[in-house]
Amino acid sequence: MIIARILGTVVSTQKDPRLQGKKLLIVKPINLDGTDQSGYLVAVDTVGAGFHEKVIVVGGSSARMAEGNKDCPVDSAIIGVIDRIDFITADSKTE
Amino acid sequence: MQIARVIGNVVSTAKNRSLEGQKFLIIQTLDADLKPIGTPLVALDSVGAGIGELVFWCRGKEAAFPFKRDDVPTDCTIVGIIDSENHIYKKL
Repeated sequence: MIIARILGTVVSTQKDPRLQGKKLLIVKPINLDGTDQSGYLVAVDTVGAGFHEKVIVVGGSSARMAEGNKDCPVDSAIIGVIDRIDFITADSKTE
Repeated sequence: MQIARVIGNVVSTAKNRSLEGQKFLIIQTLDADLKPIGTPLVALDSVGAGIGELVFWCRGKEAAFPFKRDDVPTDCTIVGIIDSENHIYKKL
């Protein structure tokens, strides 16, 4: 799962019937410090996320297992809105 | 599966109902020399890992197998804790 920021929405009328009623959002993967990574994804929202919020995005067939995405043609889903991130640097150790 | 170090945690209140009660951790994948490779990921915890610990994680659909509910939407799950760095043996 990756951390991403919501950039915008996608409006689509002609789509697979199983995607009807789903909210499609454009998300950009970000680093832990909040800086942007390259590229973007179109993800199905399952939590009611909003513009500019930091979210957790799950990819692959696991995206289909999220509640509300059963048997849907989806490979990227927003499954959580991030309240807070705490982290240490990758090379530090705690004994 | 790959080796990683747990480097943080993520707090999320509004999340998918299938993820209720689950713990999110941030992991940094490591190579065989324990040097970081790639960007940090958000992982679900199935073993009770903590920050600073060496772990190994599973990717893809199999990442959901440790959980009782078979519909947990995760593509990255911590499935084991490595006892210490001295327990990683590698032959060149």
